[in-house]
Amino acid sequence: MSAAQPVTTATFDEVVLKSSTPVLVDFWAEWCGPCRAVGPILDQIADEYAGKIKVVKLNTDEESAIAIKYGITSIPTLNVYVNGEVVKTVIGAKPKPALLKELAAYL
Amino acid sequence: MSSQEIHELVIVGSGPAGYTAAIYAARAELAPILYEGSVTAGGALMNTTEVENFPGFPTGVMGPDLMESLRKQAERFGTKLITDDIVSMKLDGEIKELEDGSGNKLRAKSVILATGSAYKEIGLVNEKRLSGHGVSWCATCDGFFFREKVLAVVGGGDSAMEEANFLTRFATKVYVIHRRDSLRASKIMVDRAKANPKIEFIWNTEVIDVLGADKVEGLKLRNTVTNEESEKAFDGLFVAIGHLPRSELLVGQIDLDGEGYVKVEGRSTRTNQSGVFACGDLVDHTYRQAITAAGSGCQAALDAERFLAGH
Repeated sequence: MSAAQPVTTATFDEVVLKSSTPVLVDFWAEWCGPCRAVGPILDQIADEYAGKIKVVKLNTDEESAIAIKYGITSIPTLNVYVNGEVVKTVIGAKPKPALLKELAAYL
Repeated sequence: MSSQEIHELVIVGSGPAGYTAAIYAARAELAPILYEGSVTAGGALMNTTEVENFPGFPTGVMGPDLMESLRKQAERFGTKLITDDIVSMKLDGEIKELEDGSGNKLRAKSVILATGSAYKEIGLVNEKRLSGHGVSWCATCDGFFFREKVLAVVGGGDSAMEEANFLTRFATKVYVIHRRDSLRASKIMVDRAKANPKIEFIWNTEVIDVLGADKVEGLKLRNTVTNEESEKAFDGLFVAIGHLPRSELLVGQIDLDGEGYVKVEGRSTRTNQSGVFACGDLVDHTYRQAITAAGSGCQAALDAERFLAGH
């Protein structure tokens, strides 16, 4: 199973902004309960929609520069990037069917 | 899971009530199935830090650790834990029918409802619009992003005091805004907040608007005594004004009171539907503590056990 891969400040450009497929970035942190709850759901989406959307996670504790750049003040925040631009933002942990609905345009 | 099988008991919701019900029901060999919730497993305590008033933990325990322990204890006696949501229920009749978020259908002779509560919103248009952009309901999740900032916490209960205290780890200043001139929080929490040099109280005041284009920049306030309106700059707003019972799936099936809490018979956990029991924050206006939720979860399991023995 291909789980959501970590992304860092160093790889963000290459992995997210220059990606040819849409990328879902999960802004998360270890100490955030709802982030841990939604993590396994994102791993499933990464697996089930491999090839259509790339799912990566950014640890806001370790990579705060990117989190600040995108104005993250609440986690989990899920941003979808297409051609380097944020096209969709989902804030807060949501059940899988609700997430799939929000992400439908990119799956 | 075969839809033909009829389970003895399905528990909907985790947290102290659901897990405790599962511990008792599993020890009574009812082979309970517990739906923890896909993103709400563990309940409200998953977003707290230290719980100091749960008996048996003289030095306190972290909310998520306490839930993990209850979960393991439920599992040890044979509870089947499913990290998914129940999305519909048919609770009348002898056999209850439930469906989960993955489309599985279940049938059961009895159901314990322990879906807890969800946070309350103030109800302002701009509160919703700026949610995730400076408006938050989870200090432990989002406090970190407000280093060296000035924050407002709205509310007067224990959660508001806990959030305010927690937020002073990051913020330069935290204002607690409360619409009355006294707090309903417990004395120890109030004393702690009042002793914290970074916390200041704004009494008799309500938030009537959240200001800011892309992120929170301030609040519009109204004095509840003089009706005088004012604006004040803030970088973030944490809302801690209480909770609402998560009973939306039950409307029309189970008797609820005017605020949406499930009505139970006397001191029992019996609802108006035979074989359906309710516990925890879903039924409790008054106490709303981890230990009272756990206690009522125990009662629900015992009530269900007695019901099943008689049927």
